[in-house]
Parts: sequence; structure tokens; C-alpha cells
Amino acid sequence: MVNENLVKDVVKEPYKYGFVTDIETEKIDKGLNEDIIKLISQKKEEPKFLLDFRLKAFKKWQKMKEPDWAALGYKKIDYQDIIYYSAPKQKEKISSLDEVDPKLLETFDKLGIPLTEQKKLTNVAVDAVFDSVSIATTFREELAEHGVIFCSISEAVKNHADLIEKYLGTVVPASDNYFAALNSAVFSDGSFVYIPKGVSCPMDLSSYFRINSGDSGQFERTLIIAEESSSVSYLEGCTAPMFDTNTLHAAVVELIALDDASIKYSTVQNWYAGDEEGIGGIFNFVTKRGKCLGKRSKISWSQVETGSAITWKYPSCLLLGEESVGEFYSVALTNNLQQADTGTKMIHIGPKTKSTIVSKGISAGNSKNSYRGLVKMGTKATGSRNYSQCDSMLIGDQASANTFPYIKSQQPNSEIEHEASTCRISEDQLFYLQSRGIEFEEAISMMVSGFCRDVFNQLPMEFAAEADKLLALKLEGSVG
Amino acid sequence: MQSKMKESDPILEVENLSASTNNLPILKGVSLTVYPGEIHAIMGRNGCGKSTLSKIIAGHPSYNITNGDIKFLGENINSLEPEERSQSGIFLGFQYPIEIPGVSNLEFLRVSTNARRKFLNKEELDTFDFEELVKEKLEIVKMDHAFLSRSVNQGFSGGEKKRNEILQMALLEPKIAILDETDSGLDIDALRIVASGIKKISNAQTGIILITHYQRLLDEIKPNYVHVMSDGQIIKTGESDLALELEEKGYEWTDNFIKET
Repeated sequence: MVNENLVKDVVKEPYKYGFVTDIETEKIDKGLNEDIIKLISQKKEEPKFLLDFRLKAFKKWQKMKEPDWAALGYKKIDYQDIIYYSAPKQKEKISSLDEVDPKLLETFDKLGIPLTEQKKLTNVAVDAVFDSVSIATTFREELAEHGVIFCSISEAVKNHADLIEKYLGTVVPASDNYFAALNSAVFSDGSFVYIPKGVSCPMDLSSYFRINSGDSGQFERTLIIAEESSSVSYLEGCTAPMFDTNTLHAAVVELIALDDASIKYSTVQNWYAGDEEGIGGIFNFVTKRGKCLGKRSKISWSQVETGSAITWKYPSCLLLGEESVGEFYSVALTNNLQQADTGTKMIHIGPKTKSTIVSKGISAGNSKNSYRGLVKMGTKATGSRNYSQCDSMLIGDQASANTFPYIKSQQPNSEIEHEASTCRISEDQLFYLQSRGIEFEEAISMMVSGFCRDVFNQLPMEFAAEADKLLALKLEGSVG
Repeated sequence: MQSKMKESDPILEVENLSASTNNLPILKGVSLTVYPGEIHAIMGRNGCGKSTLSKIIAGHPSYNITNGDIKFLGENINSLEPEERSQSGIFLGFQYPIEIPGVSNLEFLRVSTNARRKFLNKEELDTFDFEELVKEKLEIVKMDHAFLSRSVNQGFSGGEKKRNEILQMALLEPKIAILDETDSGLDIDALRIVASGIKKISNAQTGIILITHYQRLLDEIKPNYVHVMSDGQIIKTGESDLALELEEKGYEWTDNFIKET
């Protein structure tokens, strides 16, 4: 519908995070079996309870079937053809950043996440994860003064085993789904956050996940616990090099909010998406769930999903505590041959619980973008409310958008409201903006960011600006 | 006075222009020359090609030029993108300004203004400086500041949309403005505001093409020339009294004209 020739003339911006870091790595053999799991656990010097947790998950996974209900089509994954542990070779024990391989620091520098003392970001603490391991975590001492624990999950297993044992797998049980079971069996690293009672975390916390190796999967695990009356804002970013093979990423994120606690979890996902022909790209199968355990607790997910060849992701909230609040704000953009099946589940269990869902799907090129969401009101969820808004925007006439809202109510005294819309960027809108001197590409990105405003407003400031830029970049040269 | 004007070079030259959309011919050889300081009115029945002519001059991608040329300041612009035409000083005031949900009017006006300023090698304006400029221009169309915080044209009344167009014209300071039925759907007061706005913005250096059905706009802004279009051609050109005659006799009167060459 829009000017084809113009589109073809525009130079396509390459994926700028597509470089590979040339570094010596320690990899284990391909394949998945009990011995591999024992080896991973042994490498990480884990306590017995965790090895048992892994083995139990593996047994369950073997009995499970890969889900096929999502509106996604992809070549079958060969789970025996994946390396489940890959780590850059470095000294056994690293006591300071000076001992980290400069190549790794350089990599994160290049990604805009400087880690060294002189250059590190001043307003946010970062945990940098490279393939299967966490490289460094900044501001740890400063955070510790407030009683905040922010470290890799491997370290937490060693130093805070009690918390791990108490909470790991309580929000997303190993048997929850196929990919969660796989993650529970083989997870290698990820971030751990603990906010003590009454503390509002003095700075934003952030994890940056970098896949570097082409033949290994990344299976990270994140656990965030917010004690009574505490609060935290957590950001997550991800990138990967360009390979012509698909890489599997199956993460699990668990959030727990106790009485009056609040957790805000924001993601900008920019994994390599494959090329225009759909060759390569990350398969992103992620289980993210938050448990509003306490009264008046609040969990808010916001996500900007722009990368990955396949996205399968439903950040959800279990609203147990009375008057607890769940939120989901999402922008999912697909282009070329990308496919996304994403949405949320809001499970209202406690009384007077409230949830809000705002989902914006943008499909361009030949991509497929589906919203899939469940709102459930349990028998005790009296006086609870949900508001859902799902909007789709189509760019070009080859892209598709679907909305699959599931609503289950066992509680007549609750309210569920659902609004949905689909729009297409019209040639007349583009012409109007162009006839006011605004370049074609900028006109598209203005309309797209206008469409996403409700969600961007929920993102932390720096993230919102980054997300805006990212969307513009992703659409560059591909609208037609 | 007219002879004096013609001493300078024309702003716009449309030469024997034919154009089609979906292989359907719409314009069949239109010629029109506009000099600095001139006001031209184009009248004619719905469907005669008036709006198409204006869109083609602005570069709408749905139309193909099958013959003829459009020259702006002596340069052929047939293949320029719409944004390049706008930046270089061509302005089209739309008959039906489209709504663009989610895009803030203020931001839109600023980006647009800066695109033109960049072309003119003028400094681009930041949000604060732009606020100052836009405040001054709002006066011209008697618009409230609140319009700026809304989405582009969204939920605007017919009159508000048209005033927003004139506001854009005031900000962009074009060399030539083509105003497509800017007067339609306006009440008397709004019409006066719009007309006086157009007069304030234009000067001896600018050219204006008014596409209209009604004499009442031409009472406010007196044209130097009136062209009557029919079936994709200009069939008669006269001075301002032609519009009066047309109003009196109706378009049927023009049906008998043979195309003037």
C-alpha cells in the first residue's frame, strides 16, 4: 500500500549488536542427559537440594511434550544438538573487576553497558551475564548498605542458599510447562534480587543478557523477592550476535511480592531476529511469572519485544493477596519473518484484586504477531476488576495480527472489561506527514511511537527513549 | 501592478500536465503559472480534478504523471518526494486533514517546522524556542494553546482542523500555498479568521492557489485570476469578476465553454 519504490531505496540499518566476541570458552559436550545435568551442577559447586531440583525437573521434562498451541511455525528443535553450558575461560575466583578478561569488558562497553568503576552507569546497578555465566555486578557494596542483595543466581546459591531453597520454583514450578522444566533442569546463571522489609531500592537494578556462542542455548533464571513494604524497579536487556543457525533461549523469571511490596519489571528484548529471509535468529521461549503473595502488593510487567525469530512469552501475575495489583504493558514488534505469540495471564485469586493489561502489537513485513491472554477470576476474587486493551497495528499488507483473549470467571461479583482494535497505517496519514516535510521513515516511526505511547509511559525514562529509537531502527527500510 | 509582478520569475509552472490514478486519467493537460504575489482561484464541480491537481503538485504517490511538467522556482519537481517539496516551500492545505492518533500536535508541528528550517539553513528549534514561535502563530488563527497537546487533528471539529492547517502554513512560511477547499465547512466567523490568517501569512513573495466552490472566500481574499476546471482541464480563465459571474450563473453556464488555449 505504501510507496514500494521509496521503501526499497532506503538503506537497511544492520543489527548493530550482531558482533561476536572472540574469546576462549569452556564448553561441555552437546546433548542432554542426567550426566550433563550433574556436570553443570558440579561445575557450579551446588548444594544437593539444587541438584535434586534439577534432576526432578529433567525427569518431568522427559515426560512432557513440546507445546504446539501457539500460533507459531518453526523447525523442530533438536535438544540433543545443543550445548547446555558455555562460559568464557577465566580465573577460578574473581575478586574484582580488574581480573575480568578485558575482552568481556570491551564487549559490554560496545553494548552500551560499561562495567568498570570509572565508566559504569551511575544511576543503575548492572548484572552482566555472558552466555552461561554472570561476569560482574556493579554497585554491590552500595546496595548491601541498604540490605539489598543483588548478585548472580549462582552466587546466591552459595551465599543465600536458604532464600533460594525457600523460593526457587515456588512461582514457576518445574512441571509448569515444557520450557520451564527444561530451564529448571539446566539453568546456568541469571540474577538474584532480595529487597528487605521496608526498603525501597535506592537505584534501578538491571541485568544484561548477552548470548555470544552460536551453538549453545542460554537458560537463565532470575528470582526477585520483595519483602513487606519494599519496592524495586528492575530492567532487563538482551542482545545476541548474528548467526545463520537458531539459538534456543529458555528463561524463567520468578517474582515474589509480600505485603505492600511492589516490583516493576521492565524488559527491552532485542535478540537477533534472523535476516529478511528468516534465516537464523533466537528462539525465545520464556516463562515469567510474579506472585502477589501479600496484601496490597503490586507487580508490574512492561516489555518491549522487538527481537527474536520466535517469541513465546506470557509474563503473568498470580494475585493472591487481598487488594493486590497486577499490570502488563507490552509492545511487541515483528518484521520480516519474525513470529511472536505473547501476552499475559492475570489470575485473580484474592478478593478486591485488580489487573490492567495494555498490549500493542505491531506487525510489518511478512511477520505474524499474536496477543494471547488469560484473565481468570477465582471463586474468592470478589470485587475484583480487570481492564484489558489490545491494539494491533499493521504495516503493509503481508503482515498478520491475531488476538486470543481467554476470559474465565467463577466470580459473578467481579468485573472484566476487554477492548480491542486493529488499525493500519494509511497512505493518507503518511502523505499528510510527508507533505509537511517529514521523511517517510520518520513519519512511520512517529505513528508507531504514538501508537505505543501508553506503554512507553510506563517504562523508566532512559528505557523509554531507547525503546522509541529501537522501534524506529527495526522498521527502517522494511515498510512496504 | 501585474506587469511589475511578472518581471520576476514564476514560482510555479504547471505545463500541459496529464495524470492518472489506477490507469484512470484525471488531469488532461492542465497549464497554470503563478508569479510571486499572485492569488489564483480554481473553481469547478466536484470531480473535475481540482483536488487531484493540488495533490499532484504536493507529490501524492497514488497519482502518475503521464505527460507534462511541474516546475517550482524553475526546477522540474516531477520526481521529488512529498517531503522534499514541502521542505523547499510548497504547502498543501488539505480539504480533509487526516487524524493521526497518538502523535502529539505540538511535536508534529515542531518536527515539520524544523524540516523546513533545516532546508533554509536556519537553526532548528528546541522545544522551548518552538513554544515561543508557535504561541505567536496561534494568534493568527485564534487557536487555543490546548490544541497543541492533543493528537494531530484527532477529535478536532471541521473548523479546528482547517485552522490547524493555516497554523501549519504560518509556521512553514511556504513560497506557494495551495489551499484545497479550506473554506468548506466553516461558519462565517471561522471563515473570517481563516481568511485573515491567509492574508497575514502571504506577502509579495508568495503565491496562493485557492480551490473553492464559494464566492464568500473570494470576497475576503480577492484573487488576481480565476480558473474554471471541468473534466481535468482548465476551460476558462478570467479575473476576479469571473467568480461572481460563475456564482450568479452556476456551473451549467460553463458547460458551453470550449477549452481556452
